[in-house]
Amino acid sequence: MLRVIVRRLLQLVVTLIALSALIFIWLRNLPGGPVDALLGERATPETRALLTKALGYDQPILVQYGKFMQRILTGDFGNSIRTGDPVTEVIGRAFPATVELALAAMIIAVGLGVPLGYLAARWRGRFLDNLTIAGTLLGISIPIFFLGYLLKDVFTQNIHWFPPSGRVSTGIDNTNVTGFFVLDGLLTREFDAAADALWHLLLPAITLATIPLAVIVRITRASVLDVLNEDYVRTAEAKGLRHRTIRGRHILRNALLPVVTAIGLQTGALLSGAVLTEKVYNWGGLGTLITDSISGSRDYPVLQALILLAALVFVVVNLLVDLSYAFIDPRVRVR
Amino acid sequence: MQARRLRTAVAIAAVTALAVGAAGCAESERDGDSGEAKTGGTFIFAGAGDPKNFDPIFNDDGESFRPIRQMFDTLVTHKPGTAELTGGLAESWEHDPTGKVWTFKLRQGVKFHDGTPFNAAAVCYNFDRWYNMKGAAAQANMIYYMDVFGGFAKNEAEGAGESIYDKCEAKDDNTAVLSLKKYKGAFPGAFALTSLSIASPEALKKYDADTVTQSGDSFAYSAFANEHPVGTGPFTFGGWDKAKGEITLNRNPDYWGDKAKVDKLIIKIIKDENTRKQELRAGTVQGIDFPAPADRKALADEGFQVIDRPAFNILYLGINQKNPKLKDLRVRQAIAYALNRQQLVQTKGPGGAKVADEFMPDTVLGYAPDVQKYEYNPEKAKQLLKEAGAENLTLNFYYPPDVTRPYMPNPQEIFTVLANDLQAVGIKVNGVPRPWNGGFKDDVQTFGKHDLHILGWTGDYNDPGNFVGTFFGRGKAEFGDQAMTEMFDAIGKADATVDEAGKKAAWEQVNRDIASKWLPAVPVWHAPPAIVVTKDVEGLVASPLTDERFNTVSVKQ
Repeated sequence: MLRVIVRRLLQLVVTLIALSALIFIWLRNLPGGPVDALLGERATPETRALLTKALGYDQPILVQYGKFMQRILTGDFGNSIRTGDPVTEVIGRAFPATVELALAAMIIAVGLGVPLGYLAARWRGRFLDNLTIAGTLLGISIPIFFLGYLLKDVFTQNIHWFPPSGRVSTGIDNTNVTGFFVLDGLLTREFDAAADALWHLLLPAITLATIPLAVIVRITRASVLDVLNEDYVRTAEAKGLRHRTIRGRHILRNALLPVVTAIGLQTGALLSGAVLTEKVYNWGGLGTLITDSISGSRDYPVLQALILLAALVFVVVNLLVDLSYAFIDPRVRVR
Repeated sequence: MQARRLRTAVAIAAVTALAVGAAGCAESERDGDSGEAKTGGTFIFAGAGDPKNFDPIFNDDGESFRPIRQMFDTLVTHKPGTAELTGGLAESWEHDPTGKVWTFKLRQGVKFHDGTPFNAAAVCYNFDRWYNMKGAAAQANMIYYMDVFGGFAKNEAEGAGESIYDKCEAKDDNTAVLSLKKYKGAFPGAFALTSLSIASPEALKKYDADTVTQSGDSFAYSAFANEHPVGTGPFTFGGWDKAKGEITLNRNPDYWGDKAKVDKLIIKIIKDENTRKQELRAGTVQGIDFPAPADRKALADEGFQVIDRPAFNILYLGINQKNPKLKDLRVRQAIAYALNRQQLVQTKGPGGAKVADEFMPDTVLGYAPDVQKYEYNPEKAKQLLKEAGAENLTLNFYYPPDVTRPYMPNPQEIFTVLANDLQAVGIKVNGVPRPWNGGFKDDVQTFGKHDLHILGWTGDYNDPGNFVGTFFGRGKAEFGDQAMTEMFDAIGKADATVDEAGKKAAWEQVNRDIASKWLPAVPVWHAPPAIVVTKDVEGLVASPLTDERFNTVSVKQ
């Protein structure tokens, strides 16, 4: 097991180096760099030349890349071109926002998806099953930005149940401990702030949860249906085991293997979904940061670090999923 | 148990009494309580993007200037709601006959937020700081300073010119004398630039304001710029919560001018335009900037105050004379006659927009009411094209579909209407949509690949040089990069004229000649950008330079 982990981590390092070179060269070959984005209409040839020199863009690209690698090996990802804050700080601020949103979405997706999928399988062909299939089809088909705008329009503009955007109400005096606002409210016993953060979190989380929810329901349903027909389930029933034991130990545990895979893959997909959801709800997480860094100030240092981080998360999550197989199904050996 | 209950009751009573008492005190301390618009409370305004930082000299964009303007003052400022100059931190100013020595009589009794006195030494400290700024990183971020003064004591950039700044002397506490190496027409208007706001010397030193460090391919700014900006303005810095996207400013009770009516001003950063509008409708913010033209009517119908700023901008159709056909004045005039600008204003312009005949608004010195005008006349356009032998003209028309600007809220629609007008007189138009960054600006302003393009400008200060001089004062790829020396010389001469009457006459003549002799572009419209606030907001004075100060704002409680 240890050898597998070490091998996978080495693969990860190679992947990240190759990716860093690719991103670096790609970004610098995009038309319109940060110099123009920073200077706007007021650029003169002199200020453009000065800024290009100050930012080091007048040097050969290999020299620039060499310096970049030298810095990131020492943990220095540079500063945001827009605000001058260290990139690690900028990402550190946005990261909890995205994780909080993704986690809430995953709790909704798994918390509703697994029971719904199980029940749909149990009552196959009945009303609940048909309703679930129709619902999941809709969940998968509906574009997330459309759903976001739709929910936002209905629940924040027509019936004012939720706030239109942000993570907390403007001006609320909440203490920031971990960056996870709901958790911070609970830790500091500022329960009004926790409730406020939860109130802001719900609608974006529901929006983001729709696709993973639909996927999890479908996979759980299919997987449970497979397991229900297995001999060992019939044997367990014939042995007169209690239904709860059969459901928990034999059906669900065996059916969960593909569901866990789906959860792993969906966690990666949540990051891309978060870009759209965060944009719709002005969420202030990594998704917003990515779009702002591309469309706004061409914030190369932030973009580079974000893409590397996304790749890192994706690879690590997949590694964890692989490892979790062994835990759920002892027959599986990770190689 | 009984004793505990009693203690609780007493504590509650005491807290209540304290709260009521404190509220009473707070109420009585505030000045200007009047009728419905109560003082106190919080005004929340939605910003469209993060500010860069809060050190005025290192900034050049509206989102950074919005909070900076509330915390800092300039020597000269604008009369509320106009582009007319009036005293700011300087009560009066005058220049010698050469226009090179400017004497400022400063306001007395003014204090910076850190309690240190504002005086002539502080003014000179700021001028000297800018001039002596060291390092490519710092100098590269002083866009407006470079624009106005042209250089530093020691330039980091190759090709940068000599600074026109000579020295600043504090004659006494209330008299600062600024000496320039040569006269520049930008003054005194440029003294009102937000970038040239006066900061506390003590705070600048204490928080190491001049240290702009380069880290990789970006910059890091000082503690002054990020956490301790100290000026003399009506609001003091409360904090910038980057995780929540909120900038909090607090009322400055010692402000020298009209003290702020609200206790707290929060600038909430909401980058998505639609979300800003929804927050306004939900009542969670009380003001937004630059509504889309399509939303203006709906917002007004819903009871919001849509306040038009007096227009201080220009949209123009640029003509690139690199194309030999476009070198012929008759062809450029034909283009001007072909455009039905009145109809464009009525169908696509924001409310209050008007057709432009010159490249600057009529409130700027040197506007000539008698320039040659190009009323819509397609027949004359056809005739001119025929005379010039350009009947089968094909032109590449560049436009940026992905941005909105206060002067250009809907580039795609503007392009469509103008292109249709040109096609109606027989000019074949190839529309070339290019992204603003990495396309349009490079192709038009650097490489000059276009034949026609739309672009514009919002004025920084009240001076003809800031409009006409910026566009046509020197060779630019936009208009053909060629030596239109007669025009450049005339503009240079007008800009160098010191006496007011002579300056006015020189700029009027430049405007007449631009319209009749040179026509490097066709002025299209002046479009007033709007600002929207809820009906509970009172006292907001919209500025043509988007230079709103929120100290006059109150929110009905």
